[in-house]
Amino acid sequence: MSALPAVDADYRLPLHRRRKVINAVALMLSLLAMAFGVFWLIWILWDTLFLGVQGLSVAIFTQDTPPPNADTGGLRNAIVGSLVMVLLATAVGTPIGILAGVYLAEYGQRGWLGNVTRFINDTLLSAPSIVIGLFVYTIVVAQMRHFSAMAGIIALALIVIPVVIRTTENMLALIPNSLREAAFALGTPKWIVIRSVTLKAARAGVVTGVLLALARISGETAPLLFTALSNQFFTMNLQQPMANLPVTIFKFAMSPFSNWQQMAWAGVFIITVGVLVLNILARVLFRQRH
Amino acid sequence: MDATLPNSPYAEDARAVQMPEKPPARRSGKLGDLVFLGLTRGAAILTLLLLVGILISLLLGAWPAIREFGLPFLWTAEWDPVQEKFGGLVMIYGTLMTSLIALIIAVPVSFGIALFLTELSPRWLKRPLGTAIELLAAIPSIVYGMWGLLVFAPILSTYVQQPLQRAFGDVPVLGALVSGAPVGIGILSAGIILAIMIIPFIAAVMRDVFEVTPAMLKESAYGVGATTWEVVWRVVLPYTKAGVIGGVMLGLGRALGETMAVTFVIGNFNQLNSLSLFEAANSITSALANEFAEAAPGLHSASLIYLGLVLFLITFVVLAFSKLLLMQLAKGEGSRT
Amino acid sequence: MDATASALKHNEKVKMRVRDLNFYYGKYQALKSINLEIPEKKVTAFIGPSGCGKSTLLRVFNRMFELYPDQRAEGEVNVDGENVLTSKEDVALVRAKIGMVFQKPTPFPMSIYDNVAFGVRLFENLSKSAMDDRVEWALRKGALWNEVKDKLGQSGTSLSGGQQQRLCIARGIAVRPEIILFDEPCSALDPISTAKIEELIDELKSDYTVAIVTHNMQQAARVSDYTAYMYLGDLVEFGETDQIFIKPRKKETEDYITGRFG
Repeated sequence: MSALPAVDADYRLPLHRRRKVINAVALMLSLLAMAFGVFWLIWILWDTLFLGVQGLSVAIFTQDTPPPNADTGGLRNAIVGSLVMVLLATAVGTPIGILAGVYLAEYGQRGWLGNVTRFINDTLLSAPSIVIGLFVYTIVVAQMRHFSAMAGIIALALIVIPVVIRTTENMLALIPNSLREAAFALGTPKWIVIRSVTLKAARAGVVTGVLLALARISGETAPLLFTALSNQFFTMNLQQPMANLPVTIFKFAMSPFSNWQQMAWAGVFIITVGVLVLNILARVLFRQRH
Repeated sequence: MDATLPNSPYAEDARAVQMPEKPPARRSGKLGDLVFLGLTRGAAILTLLLLVGILISLLLGAWPAIREFGLPFLWTAEWDPVQEKFGGLVMIYGTLMTSLIALIIAVPVSFGIALFLTELSPRWLKRPLGTAIELLAAIPSIVYGMWGLLVFAPILSTYVQQPLQRAFGDVPVLGALVSGAPVGIGILSAGIILAIMIIPFIAAVMRDVFEVTPAMLKESAYGVGATTWEVVWRVVLPYTKAGVIGGVMLGLGRALGETMAVTFVIGNFNQLNSLSLFEAANSITSALANEFAEAAPGLHSASLIYLGLVLFLITFVVLAFSKLLLMQLAKGEGSRT
Repeated sequence: MDATASALKHNEKVKMRVRDLNFYYGKYQALKSINLEIPEKKVTAFIGPSGCGKSTLLRVFNRMFELYPDQRAEGEVNVDGENVLTSKEDVALVRAKIGMVFQKPTPFPMSIYDNVAFGVRLFENLSKSAMDDRVEWALRKGALWNEVKDKLGQSGTSLSGGQQQRLCIARGIAVRPEIILFDEPCSALDPISTAKIEELIDELKSDYTVAIVTHNMQQAARVSDYTAYMYLGDLVEFGETDQIFIKPRKKETEDYITGRFG
C-alpha cells in the first residue's frame, strides 16, 4: 500500500466544474442576502422619514395630544413624558447595573454568586419586555391601585439594568490584568484600584453601554402598556399615568382617525431619529477612545 | 538609610535629601474595600432577587387561572371573557408559529449576510454595511409594527397573498395554508416582520464568530484546493458552530418575546379556525398588549398572566437549552481517548 | 540575482523554475528578482533571518497570497513548464497540486478520518472502501496510521501537537500533490515530535518535491539536499546543503551560518 497510480491531471476536472458552479451560486446568494437586508433597512427608514416628516410641525412640540378628528394638537406631553421617564429610568438603573457589572468582573470570576448572577442576567436580558411590565404591574400598580409614571420608570429601569451589567462586565474584562497589577503593586486598596484605574480605563465602553441601554428603552412600548399607561394631558406628576411617545403612537396608529394616524407617524419619526442619533453617538464615542 | 559611602561624591546629596517619615498605615483602605464589596455584591444579589421576584409574582398573579384551568389551559382554544372560560392554545400557537416562520427566513439570510461581510465584501464596504445591518437592530419595534401595518400589509396582500391564493387555493394541503382573507395581516405577516427584526442579531453574531476564525485554519482549507464556499461551509461553520447556535437562539428569544411588531400585524383574533397563514391570529404578547390593561380582574387577567408565565418559561427553556448545547459542544471538542 | 544558475547537479531534474519573481505588500517590496530552480524529489530548505522573505516566497508558490487584496506577485513560477501564477487553470486545482503545511497544526473541526478525506472529497468521487484505503494510505505516509487506526472517528483536535501536525501532513498528501511546502512546520512542536517529522520529510522526498522554510539552521542541515539563503528579500546564495554549510561562496551566507547575526 505504498504507491498509487500516477496522477492524471484531468481526473479532477468534471467534479471541479460542478464545484465551481456551486461556489458561484452560493456567493451570488450571499450577495442577494446582503441586498435583502439593506433593502428592508432603506425601505423602512425611507417610509418613516418621508411619512413622519409630513406629520411634523411646530405644533407637535408645543401642543398636547388632541381628541380624535381635531384640527390642532401635538405630541408635547408624550415627548416630555418619554424624556422624563427614560432619563429617570437610566439614572436609576445605571448605578445598579455598573455595580453589579463590577462585581461580576472584579470579584465574581469564581464562586457561585458570580456564575449564578451571570446566568440570571442572561435570562433577564432575553426576557420579553412585556413580562417585565407584568411584573411591575403586580408589585407596583396593583398595590397602588392605579397606573403611574413611577411604575413605568421602574419597568424601564429593570430593562436598563441587565444591559448595563453585560456591557460593564465585558468592558472591564477587556482591561489587561497588568494594569490592575501595576496599581496593586503600589499598595492601592482594591476598591480604589477598581474605581480609579480599571473603571476609568473602561470608561468609554461603559458609557457606550449606558447610551445603548438608553436608546433601547426609548423605543420600548410593552413595559409601559400597563404601568405608566398614557395620559391625554400634560403632567409631571410621577404618581399619575404619564403620556409617552410609544404608547401614544400605539393608540393613535391603531385608530381609524386620520389626524391621529398622521401624528403617529410624526411620533415614530421622532423616536427613530432619536434612537439612531444615540446609536451613532455611542459608536463614535467608542471608536474615539479606543 | 545611608546607601552611599561617606566619601562618595553623592554623600552630600544623600544627606541633603532625607527620606520622609513613613505615614501611619491607612485604615480607609480596608473599610473602603468592605463597603465597596458589599455594594457590588448587593447589586448582584438584587438581580438574583429580581428573577425570583418575577417568577413568584407571575405565579401568584396567574394562580386563580392555574387553579381553575390547570395544565389543559395550554391546549384549550376557547377564549371567552364573558363566560370566563379561557384557554391559551391560540396564543401559544401564534407565538410559536410566527417565531418559526421568522427563523426559517432569518437564519439563511443572516448566514448569507455574514458570509458576504467576511469573505466577499471589499474592505471599504465592510464597515458601512456592517453598521447598516446593526442599525436595523436599533430601530424600535413600534416602528416595525406601525410600518408593518400601514405600509407592508397592503403590499403583502396585493403582491404576495392574493397571487398565492389564486395559484394554490385549490391544492389540498397548500390550499389550507393560504386560505383566509388576504388582507396582509396574520401569522405570515407577523412572521416576516419578525424575521426582518431578528436578522441583524443573528447576522451580527455570525459575522463576529466567522471573523475570529484563525486565518491559518482557512488557509489550510484553501491550501488543499477548496473553493470559498467549501471553506466556509465545511470548515468555518463547524469551527464556529457554538457561536452560530448561540446567535440563532438569541434571535429566537427575541422573536418569541417581541410585542409591538407582532401586535400591529397579527390581527388580534382569538380563534384558531384553520392552519391558514393568512388568517388573523394572536400571540401571547399581542394578547397581553391588547387586553391586559382593560381586563376584568379575576379569571380574565389571571389567565393573561398565566400566558405571560408560559411565555417567560418558554424563553427560559430556550436560553437554558442553548447554554446546555454550548457546554456540550465545548466538552465534545476536547475529548481524548 | 543570478546566484543559482545551474547550482543543481547535472543529472538533477528541475521541478519548479522561478524567474524574476518580485513580490509586494502594498508599496513595500518583499521579494526582489528571485531566480531559482527547485529540484524534483529532493528537499530544498529556505533559511534566513526573520523578515527575509522565505515564508513569503513559499506562499507565492501555491498562490496563497491571492487571498489578500493588497499583496501581488510579478514574474514566473514555472512548474513542469507552465507558469503557475498566470495559469488558466483554476487556483483550487493549482493548490491541490501544491500542498502546504503551516507553522501551527490546523486540524479541521471534524474527525481524523474526515480531516484526511476532506480534500479528497472535493476532487474525487470515491466509494467508501476506496476512501478508506486512501485515508489509510495517507495516514501511513504521514507516519500516523499506527497511532490513530483505532480512533479514526475521534476529533482531530483531540490529538497531541505532533500528531496533529502529522495529521495535517497526511491531509495534504491525501490529495496526491506533486510538491509539498512546509512553512516552519516544527516551530510549535517539542523535540521528539520535531524529530519524527524530520524523519517523515526524509521519506516523503522519494515521492514528492519538498520545500521547507525553517529558522532552525541545524534542521536545514539535517533534512535538506539543497539550501537557499535569503536576506531582506534577496536570494543571496543557493546550492547543495553540504556546500552551503561547509564552504559557502558568499560572505553574507557565512556570517549568517556562523551566527554572526540573526
